[in-house]
Amino acid sequence: MSAVALKEQELKQRLEPILVRHGRAPSGLIPIMQDIQAEFGYLPREAVEEAARWLKIPLSKAYGVITFYAQFHLKPRGKYVLRVCLGTACHVRGGEKVLEAVSQELGIAPGDTTPDLRFTLERVACLGCCGLAPTMMVNDQTFARLNPQKVKEVLAQFAES
Amino acid sequence: MPALEEFSRRRHELMTRRASAPGLEIYVGMGTCGLAAGAQAVWDAVENELRERGISARLVRTGCIGMCESEPLLDVVRPGEPRITYGGVSAEAVPEIVEKHVLGGHPVEEHLIGQITDPARPYQELPFYSKQRRLVLARTGFIDPRSIEDYLSVGGYGALLKVLTSMSPEQVIAEVTRSGLRGRGGAGFPTGRKWEATRAANGRKKYVVCNGDEGDPGAFMDRSVLEGDPHAVLEGMMIAAYAIGADEGYLYIRAEYPMAVRHVRMAIEQARESGLLGKDILGTGFSLDLHIKEGAGAFVCGEETALLASIQGERGMPRPRPPFPAQSGLWGCPTNINNVETYANVPAIITNGADWFAAVGTERSKGSKVFSLAGKVARTGLVEVPMGLTLRELIFDVGGGIKEGKRFKAVQIGGPSGGCLPESLLDTPIDYDQLTATGAIMGSGGVVVLDEDSCMVDIARFFLNFTQSESCGKCTPCREGTKRMLEILTRISEGKGEPEDLDRLERLARVVKDTSLCGLGQTAPNPVLTTLRYFRDEYLAHVVDKRCPARVCAGLREYRIDPQLCRGCLLCKRSCPSGAISGERRQPHVIDQTLCIRCGACEATCPFGAISH
Ligand SMILES: Cc1cc2nc3c(=O)[nH]c(=O)nc-3n(C[C@H](O)[C@H](O)[C@H](O)COP(=O)(O)O)c2cc1C
Repeated sequence: MSAVALKEQELKQRLEPILVRHGRAPSGLIPIMQDIQAEFGYLPREAVEEAARWLKIPLSKAYGVITFYAQFHLKPRGKYVLRVCLGTACHVRGGEKVLEAVSQELGIAPGDTTPDLRFTLERVACLGCCGLAPTMMVNDQTFARLNPQKVKEVLAQFAES
Repeated sequence: MPALEEFSRRRHELMTRRASAPGLEIYVGMGTCGLAAGAQAVWDAVENELRERGISARLVRTGCIGMCESEPLLDVVRPGEPRITYGGVSAEAVPEIVEKHVLGGHPVEEHLIGQITDPARPYQELPFYSKQRRLVLARTGFIDPRSIEDYLSVGGYGALLKVLTSMSPEQVIAEVTRSGLRGRGGAGFPTGRKWEATRAANGRKKYVVCNGDEGDPGAFMDRSVLEGDPHAVLEGMMIAAYAIGADEGYLYIRAEYPMAVRHVRMAIEQARESGLLGKDILGTGFSLDLHIKEGAGAFVCGEETALLASIQGERGMPRPRPPFPAQSGLWGCPTNINNVETYANVPAIITNGADWFAAVGTERSKGSKVFSLAGKVARTGLVEVPMGLTLRELIFDVGGGIKEGKRFKAVQIGGPSGGCLPESLLDTPIDYDQLTATGAIMGSGGVVVLDEDSCMVDIARFFLNFTQSESCGKCTPCREGTKRMLEILTRISEGKGEPEDLDRLERLARVVKDTSLCGLGQTAPNPVLTTLRYFRDEYLAHVVDKRCPARVCAGLREYRIDPQLCRGCLLCKRSCPSGAISGERRQPHVIDQTLCIRCGACEATCPFGAISH
């Protein structure tokens, strides 16, 4: 079996339980995409095609919905997703400086992923942790009261061990 | 009805057990903010100490009690003694607290921040709490949000039992109407009237929906309630469903709030196991099931019609109203949609009665309101104050005034739909209608305090940048108007504005406000209009003097080298990416303003502090 075919088979195997779990109601589109993204880290085109077929909706409709929401990603993302908060409280307490520091440390711009697929850097409108601004999330973990120095310490925790 | 009796018995047992001589208890605040400040390490340290010393105590993980500034928080309750609170606790501080206080009975001075004698009025000696009135937040910080037993033990689900056994749907609606409760999601629509309309609407099926999208930057009220007391929200939804005749419902929660989603999911599971959700609930004939939908990252999905579209799996775009969701909501069925905090108010209204609730507040704004206090205020956190309190009391008494002795400049209330109010309006009471009259709004509860270091043009631009990028693009005024407004504001902040820009901005703002399809566009100009109205001087400084008084707008900065302090070390010259700095070794350097791109790299590298702007 060729490598490509294997990949296709693997994709189907990981996709099927998600589709079965949600059933075929069109309202399941967003939850299905959320689960696909949780499984693969992004939305592979083949998976979106398969899901659209399963829900009996046009592929254009699926992409219309996916691209509307900031949460969905069409390209592979890093193992650690850093979301630097630029909400009001973080803005007035130096959130931009934190973003700059992360960006400099990782050598990537917001929206980009490091070539080794370790880190993805994103800006987010508000994490709802305003009392401890400025903040950022690394995957599901929130870090508070950041400054450029603390950013280095946080990133060190997630650097290659 | 045996199921109902059995449930009531279980609930009473739990209540009696809690009221009767509790043993040793230790609480750790483990909300998102607590964890962000390092609560997990504190928890582990406490667990470790208890195990090593063989102490038997109830270790409770609670939600946020509101003192974000003092996280991580640790509380000790020895039998028969008040609850003692420690703030800013580290894992290293735990052994001493256990040794001296838990075992020895002598509270440790260091880290001690307060005590609770009456859980209904916590920390009365602390100014942060003395003006608060906690109804929605009554249980967060006191119960384990992941345990239905804990919620039941403090009287939880009593309102649901009361409704199911002794009130008709009409009576429930009448009670909520009489209480004067208005929607806490922003617009302040009377909740009872909304329920009545949904009940009156024709439909084979009806839905209840909880709006937990909380997209306003600077707001975290709903997050804290969902994380810290999820059953109260469910109970409110159940009562609403009973009142309007719904048998299915959704909670739409932001995906950026993973802990809130987790806790609500657990709460729904537990309610189902306890027979409070499902078919024929407790044998009363009332049926209801609830589901969670995670928001997918679009601010506009907080708008009710967009939110419903999103639940249906579509793009979250608003549609014109009428028909209102009460007539035609989810899949065309009558749907009642309320905010998290609105639902969380309902159980207490049913339990204590409409008059009790309406006794607090102003003529047309009843009860209390939760605010997230953030920005340049001394004490940030989550507070709940009676309606009618003034903004001054909220910021200076509860919040402790401005950080680091700086001067107050403005308060931003209501997020991107709200406005910036100056010192002269600080005596405005917290009241839906009086706040609207100032050009701001009550909003959902985000309060960000700004000091002299904040630039009002920058703040207006910040919010407009947000609304512009979150505009869904469906209607022209919002899609195009916000973009053009942002261009003008950007121009002004870069020092390229002209005096006529202020009139242009104002005219455009009015058009966008008057003609946009949904609340996003209708309110997006508010931050701009209020800053233009109350802080026109600052705009004029930008366009006439080409000066940013707060020295925030990068485009208007002028970097200078102090020749007295400069040692001619060449570092700044090397760091300058545009070759704007000249000078010989050991001679003072100078910056060519025409070449300077105002990146600040020179200021950051100068070891002698000779460069400033
Ligand atoms: C752009 C926009 C965003 C909104 N975001 C929220 C939100 O995050 N949470 C919320 O409860 N209401 C939000 N609303 C208000 C809702 O449309 C709706 O009025 C509210 O959920 C009704 O509940 P209530 O009557 O209990 O306040 C938003 C409105 C607009 C126009």
